[in-house]
Amino acid sequence: MRNFFNFLIRQYFFFLFLILEIISFVLIVQYNYYQKSSFINTTNNISGGILSSFHSISEYFSLRETNQKLAEENARLLSEAAKFYLKTDTLTHFQKDTIYNRQFVFTTAKVLSNSTNRRNNYLTLNKGSKHGISIDMGVISSNGIVGIVKEVSSHFSSVISVLNKETKISAKIRKNGQIGTVIWEGGNYRYGHLIDIPTHIKPLIGDTIITSGFSNSFPEGILIGTISDFKIEKGDNFYTITIKFLNDFNSISYVNVIKNLMKPELDELTKNNKND
Amino acid sequence: MINPFLRNIVRFLLLLFFQIAILNNIHLGGFINPYLYILFILLLPFETPKWLLLIASFAIGISVDMFSDTTGIHAAACVFMAFCRPAVINLISSNQGYEPGIKPIIRDLGFNWFFSYSLILVFVHHLVLFFLEVFSFSEFFYTIYRVLLSTIFTLILIILSQYIIYRKKK
Repeated sequence: MRNFFNFLIRQYFFFLFLILEIISFVLIVQYNYYQKSSFINTTNNISGGILSSFHSISEYFSLRETNQKLAEENARLLSEAAKFYLKTDTLTHFQKDTIYNRQFVFTTAKVLSNSTNRRNNYLTLNKGSKHGISIDMGVISSNGIVGIVKEVSSHFSSVISVLNKETKISAKIRKNGQIGTVIWEGGNYRYGHLIDIPTHIKPLIGDTIITSGFSNSFPEGILIGTISDFKIEKGDNFYTITIKFLNDFNSISYVNVIKNLMKPELDELTKNNKND
Repeated sequence: MINPFLRNIVRFLLLLFFQIAILNNIHLGGFINPYLYILFILLLPFETPKWLLLIASFAIGISVDMFSDTTGIHAAACVFMAFCRPAVINLISSNQGYEPGIKPIIRDLGFNWFFSYSLILVFVHHLVLFFLEVFSFSEFFYTIYRVLLSTIFTLILIILSQYIIYRKKK
């Protein structure tokens, strides 16, 4: 036994190395594979607070661009508003509408940190559970899809970007409604892939890809990107389609978080499907 | 003369700040990200006890992790790099041992020594870092390509910082 302790003491450098590596690996694995909230990320108050003070400086550099984007979005929303439509049918009269039931609510949030250069990218937002944000909510910006909320603390939330190995977005080609999955395989952050489109249909370069609305995180019709290239690998039954994201992920400063008011009901309904 | 302990703490904070506030936002060519903060581990004095070397490297790694949402990846890479450091120093030292008071910088040991010293350790750090980030060997050659490019840029920054901070004694 004494020899054993002597051995430990003589080789302490190696054992200390081993212990520290094991701690790091536990942290990595815990963060990647369980939805446990770990202390060491940007949603805790210390690093979240410091990052938001950095951000308050750096956001001045992109004011012009942000203003332009907001103005464009305003203009688009204004043009969609009902009061700017010309009434052509003078016979109809309006009454309270009971056909529509509100399903999606949007919350604006500011991006505190963002990356596009890693294999797995995340964003941090300045809103958290206090502002009604919870796990699995979709995140979009004025140019389209951004990611899905992965973790929330009381004031901040962490979002898995579309630019991540884990992200799979259910999508469809707007023109013909073919359902596929959008993934990102690393490399250039402007381009991703649409897989699972069968070979009998004819995609065209420039076709728009939108969300399918099959996942409970996103409503149908949120923009994702346009087709920039497609091919069929030998012996494959599906196209390999390269898409160009409409969002420039490197310049996102404000996003909308989507709350699906019907999600509990949908989850309850589809719960049994997964058990089979 | 500042106490070497205090000097290293100040260096720790400065490099950490520089990394998270500026370098983390620099993406050359879309995905090349220089990691200058490991200069802290390179510049720890030769006399640093081995356990302190490991603990200090773990500390700076986990601090960078905290600010970039990469829990544990930087810490693991830094600890591995610190583990390799004594062996690398032994490998490339021409004479037996170093005189007391000499620091691992270009001014004291020359360009060739410092270049091979930092090249090996930066490469080791980036290799561990990028492979842990991808967490699979499926994109092996692409990851190696990223490791090499980032190593070059980190190395350029490290060598530049040496010439900017340590002027030649006259």
